[in-house]
Amino acid sequence: MAKMERKLLSGNEAIALAALHSGCSLGVGYPGTPSTEILEEFSRMGGSAQWAPNEKVAAEVALGVAFGSGNALCTMKHVGFNVSQDLFFTAAYSGVNGGFVAVVADDPGMASSQNEQDTRSLAMAGGLPLLEPSDSQEAYDFTRLAFKLSRKFGSVFIIRTTTRIAHSSTAVCFDSSSAEPKPDGDFERNIPARVMVPAHARPAHVRLRARLAEIEKNADKLFNFEFDSNDKSLGIIADGVAYMHAREVAPNAGFFKVGMANPLPVERIVEFSKKYKRCICIEEGDPYLNTLLLAAGANVEKRDEKWRFGEFNSDRAKAQIDGNLSYEPKVFKSKPPQLCKGCPHIFSFTAIKELGCIVAGDIGCYTLAAAKPLEAMDIQICMGASIGVGLGLRRVLPEEKARKVVSVIGDSTFMHSGLTGLVEAVYNKPSTGHVIIVVDNSTTAMTGQQDNPSSGAHLDSTPAKAVSIEEVAKAVGADNVAVFVPARQSAEFKEYLAARLAEDGVSLIILKQPCLLAAAKKLKAKKA
Amino acid sequence: MTDKITNIRVAGLGGMGALKATLILGELFFDLGYDVKKAEVHGMSQRGGSIFSDLRFGKKVLSPMIPSGKVDILVSMQPEWSDVHKADLADGGKVVSPADIHLSKLGNPKSLNVALIGVLSKIFPDIPEEKWLEHIRASFPEKLYEGNLKAFKLGRGEL
Repeated sequence: MAKMERKLLSGNEAIALAALHSGCSLGVGYPGTPSTEILEEFSRMGGSAQWAPNEKVAAEVALGVAFGSGNALCTMKHVGFNVSQDLFFTAAYSGVNGGFVAVVADDPGMASSQNEQDTRSLAMAGGLPLLEPSDSQEAYDFTRLAFKLSRKFGSVFIIRTTTRIAHSSTAVCFDSSSAEPKPDGDFERNIPARVMVPAHARPAHVRLRARLAEIEKNADKLFNFEFDSNDKSLGIIADGVAYMHAREVAPNAGFFKVGMANPLPVERIVEFSKKYKRCICIEEGDPYLNTLLLAAGANVEKRDEKWRFGEFNSDRAKAQIDGNLSYEPKVFKSKPPQLCKGCPHIFSFTAIKELGCIVAGDIGCYTLAAAKPLEAMDIQICMGASIGVGLGLRRVLPEEKARKVVSVIGDSTFMHSGLTGLVEAVYNKPSTGHVIIVVDNSTTAMTGQQDNPSSGAHLDSTPAKAVSIEEVAKAVGADNVAVFVPARQSAEFKEYLAARLAEDGVSLIILKQPCLLAAAKKLKAKKA
Repeated sequence: MTDKITNIRVAGLGGMGALKATLILGELFFDLGYDVKKAEVHGMSQRGGSIFSDLRFGKKVLSPMIPSGKVDILVSMQPEWSDVHKADLADGGKVVSPADIHLSKLGNPKSLNVALIGVLSKIFPDIPEEKWLEHIRASFPEKLYEGNLKAFKLGRGEL
């Protein structure tokens, strides 16, 4: 007997619950705002979930689960999709026989990201079906449908959320008794379908395009809805949370609500647009819908470039409808984030700064060292880039300056994509050598203190074998490896660093002191 | 139930419990049968920086974010930084702030969020006190209930 429950859930919680109810065999991902809570919630609800060293490994594990007939959930933020893209773009060809649902969380407006790229365009480029919920109810419903369709069509499905879907809470109605069991694992050999050598990949590409056409034919009406209006003066094509903003400020407009942005039912939308005197696309991020619809000859206005930048809200939606190009969002004076009071790594950066280093930095809490008053980081681009960029600087700068270059990277970021940078340092050592400093707080702090391969615990806090950064550096062939406790040994660290900068070897220095917040959390978990 | 949507914004600094306060309010109004939407930003802002979260409730809520100039109640937890949101108040909008509380009587500064919920509760005289307490109780470990009960009463002016 079906019994509906009603709960106030964030988009992330709704996706986790839907995965649980879909018989998800394994959830795997790498933390990244605003996607992080999905796997944490899934684990708390009793699901099996784990953090991978990075998004590419996560996607590989997920694909293995799906090749083994299981249901995999793979989560990441938008820039993490770049890291894993290699896997996704060919898994689109091979297809899957189990279920593979990836959640990619975009961050329009960059609340905590280095760019505001739009996953919809990447999904189209990769031939990956992409769903876009507009609230938590749809986050739940679409995730359940995505698992079903993934198995049915043998295709990876992507769910694109944005900050206001992931971190907004809205009502969700669900029926726990509809939960499905985890499928049994099984493997049947099918070499032409899974070994993507050119001879197999050529027909696989043709199959992919046929599969996308089938998905559009069969699933379009599950996700894409027309809400016609008697008033034919304005038609709006909108997706994700932008639909909610637009609906609020234009209650009398006709709407084409896009829930599946790839494959996009372009012909249906062209027909819709012809019924209205004026049509516009209200979408967060790139003019994805707008560009495709204009190319197809839809009766839509070309969106002004102004609306590409930043996050949408209902004020912005109204300004776009009104053609108000002088609209500027209200900006509140705000206190910027900073390294926590008492963070041991303030000492790490103080010493680095005192030696006048050129700091190729990386992504994590410690990026805040670039802010005043420390201003002790000169470069930050993407996960793991500190080491390669530092090596490039060492190659081109005159010797005196080259000797000032250090790469600073966190423990989780080092595990994510610093390992190959270290290999590069040993393999292609610049004539002045190089110094890599790992600011090790034994957690993935910025996203909310998640564990990682070197922290000694799994996602669910059970003990794990910790990968030793020190041993890894020695094994790879660093000439010098040293460990300091920054708050207690800042003078010793500074002296050691000065000596290594003067030499020509590859040095890796670990500044190891746990994040205060993570330590408190662990203590609390231990007591409970 | 009227079609009117009520908009509450809780503003403060990371670590003050603003998100927790919004969570409690969200669950309360949801429990009372309203459609509720709650929006907030995590991440960078948690490192002591400015944060705010929006709570909207009514018969049917669409956008999870409060439009400019439509805040009915502003809970300004750290007036030096959070009073800037007064610029978004609707006509007749109310402000709840630590100035409404005898701060010297607040035992644990961490329970400021619950004390401010106490102040806010007086704006909704139709909601019984037990309802508020039920949701406060459900949102924290049981051992914190006594302290939170006091903070709530302090905010309500009952201490």
